[in-house]
Amino acid sequence: MGRIVLNRDKCKACYLCKDACPNKVLEVDEKVNALGYYPVKVNEDKKCVGCAMCARVCPDIAIEKVYR
Amino acid sequence: MEQLVYKKPDSIKDDFKISFCPGCDHGVAVRLVAEVLDELGVREDTIGVASVGCSVFSYDFFNVDVVEAPHGRSLAVATGVKRSKPNKVVFTYQGDGDLASIGIGETIHAMTRGEKVTTICINNTTYGMTGGQGGPTTLLGQVTTTTPQGRKVEVSGYPLKVSEILKEVDGTAFVARVTLDSPQAIMNAKKCIKKAFEAQLKGLGTGFVEILATCPTNWKMTPQEAHARVRGEMSEVFKPGIYKDRVSEAK
Amino acid sequence: MKKEKELLKGNYAIAQAAIEAGCQTYFGYPITPQSEIGEYLSEHMPEHGRTFVAAESEVAAINMLLGAGSTGLKTMTSSSSCAVALMQEGLSFIAGDEIPCVLVSVMRGGPGLGYIYPSQGDYYQATKGGGNGDYKLVTYAPDSVQECIDLTYKCFYVSQKYRTPVCLLADGMLGQMMEPAVVGEYPYPEVDQSSWALDGAKGREPRFIASIEREQEGLRKRVVKMFEKYNQILENENVFEKYEVEGAKLVITAFGSIARIAKAAVKKARKNGLKVGLFRPILLNPFPEKIVSSIAQKVDGILDIELNCGQMLQDVKASVAGVASIPVEFFGRPAGMMMTVEEIYEQIEKTYKKIVENKYGTACI
Repeated sequence: MGRIVLNRDKCKACYLCKDACPNKVLEVDEKVNALGYYPVKVNEDKKCVGCAMCARVCPDIAIEKVYR
Repeated sequence: MEQLVYKKPDSIKDDFKISFCPGCDHGVAVRLVAEVLDELGVREDTIGVASVGCSVFSYDFFNVDVVEAPHGRSLAVATGVKRSKPNKVVFTYQGDGDLASIGIGETIHAMTRGEKVTTICINNTTYGMTGGQGGPTTLLGQVTTTTPQGRKVEVSGYPLKVSEILKEVDGTAFVARVTLDSPQAIMNAKKCIKKAFEAQLKGLGTGFVEILATCPTNWKMTPQEAHARVRGEMSEVFKPGIYKDRVSEAK
Repeated sequence: MKKEKELLKGNYAIAQAAIEAGCQTYFGYPITPQSEIGEYLSEHMPEHGRTFVAAESEVAAINMLLGAGSTGLKTMTSSSSCAVALMQEGLSFIAGDEIPCVLVSVMRGGPGLGYIYPSQGDYYQATKGGGNGDYKLVTYAPDSVQECIDLTYKCFYVSQKYRTPVCLLADGMLGQMMEPAVVGEYPYPEVDQSSWALDGAKGREPRFIASIEREQEGLRKRVVKMFEKYNQILENENVFEKYEVEGAKLVITAFGSIARIAKAAVKKARKNGLKVGLFRPILLNPFPEKIVSSIAQKVDGILDIELNCGQMLQDVKASVAGVASIPVEFFGRPAGMMMTVEEIYEQIEKTYKKIVENKYGTACI
């Protein structure tokens, strides 16, 4: 099991993390964030393994922490 | 027991602002530099040199002392800093317009002197900050705002291959060209950035990493399409790899 | 330290003074007539545990100064005319960055490559600058080898105290001539730079030194602060020479080596009964406008003498305008030939007759 700490207001909706996630945990949020983007959100039904791939590819350091 | 496996590096400010466009590789590159500074434990002994271009806003996120250089002059400024404070870790963070065009003279000479500094160069084949003009690294055929028919050899010559040039410069100790188009590539890039800092720390000479990076906004591509371009036509011209590694040789 | 007078060449005197002043780093590129400064320092800086770097260009040299100055340590470059032109971008950045450093500018003839003949053609370059934006390059102009030493000290002190680039504006004559001078001890206190200089963010917030300012109000404030600093420099660090100005009817304004020759001509004029004085600004930028204004109110005319086509002349005229209705005459010459005492004397006599004696309708000579 894993867990990420996502700062949705830092996300600029490039979705590189969504593509990098092996378990498709990240999906597009239907609500805009403070920057006016549709950020990613965590789908709690999917299993995060804490691989941190999303954090590694995120250009905005929107994924601040990853736990495993 | 839950374990922290990743966190924002300390060498990135807590109240950081990343002002790059969505999907721009700059954000990953600066984070990697910060992660390396953390891992080497040198954050409090580091002085960064910010250049002109998209990289100018380094002070919005790097949690280290930073001095701003005029366009192209980062390596001259870095020389001044390092010669004054030889025990500090000095790095420049520059774009290709800054390093390979207006600043190629300062770059080659600082590295010929073997200045013990580390240079990270973002090669995105365009002048990003000013809106996507053709630059020294623009590929043949690439359409930019100043090469509307595509870059032509007769008009603008050839793309400048910085890593190939700098590996021939005697003062460089580490020269590599990397990409950031996948998690694996990012991990490899980080290893190279670390070696480029080790080159400095071990007093071997200048450490240099050229990063093939995306500019989705000016390329008019999605971040995903932009990464495909890095993997494709960009990597064909600018071949990724380690061009020189005196750091490993010295081990 | 050497205390006794010795026969010294201007360029070597400046170099020795830089070492005595505690200059830690020197970055430069050769150009006549100042190359001896770099040559001397390349040999002697390492002896003192200091750093000499032969820069690949003046563009690089001034930016090395930017980096070195940002660490708070004393740093210097030296150059001349067409090469100082290459430093203008860097000087604007350094001024905006509020980084202390010293530029020694030993003028040669211009425009362009000109030649190594004597000239004061870079008064504009130093005081009006070629860099962009609102800033001043604080400038001191010596007229002797001794002053080359004393003002090198002053330049380092003022640059460190006010965190600004300072220029020592000499010329080929001063750089190349030899005369007795003393390289005394650096007479100023050390100025602590630790509150702003870069040395790594150990136990403190990181610092950022830059001329970029994205806030509109912030940019305005920064420039206003810089100009307050220039006012303080004019008030606290002004240096000038007044010779026989009291009771003079005609005052000569001149700077640097020409002022020294003019002084000899003024002496001769006084001997011959002409009421002539000399005002020599040593701090050229910011220009001591008030002093010239007050002189203008007491004399019948001013004769400005320069080895150029009339550069400081504009500052003199601006100082006179609005405070006195007196003629400001000019005697100048572009680069090439130094003026002789006799030539200047002739000019003084001519101007005196025209301005002073016509006014009073007498002929006293």
